Amino acid sequence: MSELLIKNGFVFDPLQGIKGDRMDIGIKDGKIVETSALENPKTIDAAGMTVMAGGVDIHSHVVGPKVNVGRLFRPEDKLFKSPHKSPTCSRMEMGSSVPSTFKTGYDYARMGYVFVNEAAMPPLHSPHVHEEIRDTPIIDNAAMPVFGNNWFTLEYLKNNEIENNAAYTAWLLQATRGFGIKVVNPGGSEAWGWGLNCVHIHDPVPYFDITPARIITGLIETNEHLGLPHSMHLHCNNLGNPGNYTDTLESLRLAEGYTPKNNFGREQVMHVTHLQFHAYGGDSWGNVESRSKDIMDYVNAHDNITVDMGQVTLDETTTMTADGPFEHHLRALNNLKWANVDVELETAAGVVPYIYSPKVKVCTIQWAVGLELALFSKDLMRTFITTDHPNAGPFTRYPQVITWLMSRAARDETMKTFKWLDRTIESTSIDSIDRELDLYEIAQMTRAGPAKALGISDMYGGLAPGMDADIAVYPLNPEDMPSDPAAIEKAFSRCAWLVKDGIVTVRDGEVVSEPAKRTIWVDVKVPENAQVQRDIYEHFLRHYSVKLDNYSLFEEHLHNPRVIEVNAAQ
Amino acid sequence: MQHNEVIRSMKTVTLTLTNPSELLLEGQNITPDNFAAKKAAEIATLDVWEGKQKGPLGNYFTVAGDGAATAADTRIVLRGDCTRVKRIGQQMTAGEIVIEGNADMYIGGWMKGGKIHVKGNVDSFCGIGMEGGELIVDGNAGHHLGASPRGEWRGMKGGLIRVAGSVGNDTATFINGGTIIIGGDADIHVSTHGEGGTVVIKGNAKGRVGGQMVKGDIYVYGTIENPLPGFKMVGEVEQEVDGETALFAHYIGDLGERHPISRGKTVYANLYTRI
Repeated sequence: MSELLIKNGFVFDPLQGIKGDRMDIGIKDGKIVETSALENPKTIDAAGMTVMAGGVDIHSHVVGPKVNVGRLFRPEDKLFKSPHKSPTCSRMEMGSSVPSTFKTGYDYARMGYVFVNEAAMPPLHSPHVHEEIRDTPIIDNAAMPVFGNNWFTLEYLKNNEIENNAAYTAWLLQATRGFGIKVVNPGGSEAWGWGLNCVHIHDPVPYFDITPARIITGLIETNEHLGLPHSMHLHCNNLGNPGNYTDTLESLRLAEGYTPKNNFGREQVMHVTHLQFHAYGGDSWGNVESRSKDIMDYVNAHDNITVDMGQVTLDETTTMTADGPFEHHLRALNNLKWANVDVELETAAGVVPYIYSPKVKVCTIQWAVGLELALFSKDLMRTFITTDHPNAGPFTRYPQVITWLMSRAARDETMKTFKWLDRTIESTSIDSIDRELDLYEIAQMTRAGPAKALGISDMYGGLAPGMDADIAVYPLNPEDMPSDPAAIEKAFSRCAWLVKDGIVTVRDGEVVSEPAKRTIWVDVKVPENAQVQRDIYEHFLRHYSVKLDNYSLFEEHLHNPRVIEVNAAQ
Repeated sequence: MQHNEVIRSMKTVTLTLTNPSELLLEGQNITPDNFAAKKAAEIATLDVWEGKQKGPLGNYFTVAGDGAATAADTRIVLRGDCTRVKRIGQQMTAGEIVIEGNADMYIGGWMKGGKIHVKGNVDSFCGIGMEGGELIVDGNAGHHLGASPRGEWRGMKGGLIRVAGSVGNDTATFINGGTIIIGGDADIHVSTHGEGGTVVIKGNAKGRVGGQMVKGDIYVYGTIENPLPGFKMVGEVEQEVDGETALFAHYIGDLGERHPISRGKTVYANLYTRI
């Protein structure tokens, strides 16, 4: 049927080890094919340009109730701040740090991204998450329900009932059409219900009397018991506080001795997200310093862990997380407006606007920490670019993050704007790092690596025949890289072409079509488990505000599903 | 002499509303910044919005006179009944606008400089997010005068708003700087969440004056019908306000709110009521 040939581009595909070779990519019926299989293709001339698979974002808050709270309580985020007026898109685009669903889809597409993993789905509110997924055009979405403060999980893991927890997990993934196991401040968000927190991984959760450490290892065991595509995805305890790197190292060590068991090519058992927020030394905001080296030395030496950056982009943004106590803490630091919610038996959330200013020392240290994590990494297939959108900065700033990583000059240029440059240099290693990443490494960090870690590298993140025809062409010549870093940023902001499922979606940075987007979820078969079924029935009877019959997602909420089936019944 | 030269170099563009819109008209392009260096005929082609329809200014107004080379030298006079024309002077940085009668909402919103003189009344949201310049209203103003835009915690930063008559509620929300002088009365909520700036009410205030205010000054010459319990009287002071000196009772507050410490001293908002 529809055939395309992307000719003469410089191709970067880390999944196949292709490092900028001049190659043609064939597309037929939405899949990548050998060029010899084409009969009469339309041709895209990619000569002098960079060709990569469509981008894959492993951690971004783009859909669901807390994102919408951010949109609702920050009307000022839209006022005079919706810079791009598209001549081609059908829907209005609004917002900057918390863009509307439509703008989210369009902006990701303009940057050449095709897959975005929603980082935290409150299970009770999964219908809202899926309704927003439906309204986010072009990009395929998955969403991870949060488990780290869920009463079922806490009870099963306290009693070491991994099989029961696995059966419950499979049920919840099905009920919410979820993708994997997300853990946010394990135990801490539940403790927040008592006005407390679990700052360290051995602080017991009130009432449940289980430690965050056991929640983490229990969920790793559950994840590998089920053999899910993605690993346990962890937002560590004690986020954002000086001296928290020791807690982070302790959390990382919990993965020791675990090996991945899955059929999806995933090699890690723990993904640690927005690591930047968890790599601080010192004991106060006065002496906070970077401990990225200690953290990355550990990560580099342990290949069963993957990480993403959570890079601070020095913008005004909106923080939002299921880490309820952290948002309360942040509100007390900046005195700005704060939204907070408790989600019954499952989780909590908070939202607070935040300004990362180049005039504030802590912010510029945070900026350095994020970049150091990537620049100290010895394996960029395990280190991914994120801004924990919108927590450390909007996803629309990925091109700037890429530019900082690829250019020492770009970093120096930004550092010139710092009010506390000397203090920042003293407290970090950024000024002593000359490393500049290349396009292959950027492809590892933005598509191949995340796709592999998510267990979807048979569909996304690469350009091998048989995979989805999701291809981004950037107006950037690897043999003649621009001396001006701003040109790199521009190229990654607006791709020359984005082909999604074999359909030309972006041309010269503008969205020209909106191919059908999908919802990816994981359906796990587990043995019948009467105990868990009874527990679910009992909890809904006694504790939930909704009836069990009304809890699971109705089919009509699920938009264009793509199911990944896992059989854990044997 | 110097003064006369300045006057001579100014050019006046007169807009007369000869064909009023059926719906409210959004006139954010009516600013000296947009009119500068344009001939009358070009000005007539600038966009205005009536509901969702965009059309040229000339469909509604007759335009006489050209803009000067710069915004600072451009003076705009609006004639006819502009009661339903919004956003005149929005985001202007320099120059002058005279509205001969009434005007609608958002007059002088987000203005950074220059001067607007409205000879009649204005509706709500006038002077919101103001950073500089002068907004003078001879009549009354509606709600949210000099307030912050919805959701925004960084309100009025600078400039002067002077309303001869009375104002509605929510004046000066989140005020950070600048001065608002009200000749008449103010309805509820004055300087809510204020962190600076000055509001002078020469008439009476209804209530909730200075709620959650952290810093800044409010003067009330008349009475406050329902004063807030978060303000505590600390003494009597003589102060010069708007060119006249008078004796005031001095209150500090809002004591229910956090207060910054500057050079070892806690900073409070000041509320002065005339004795």
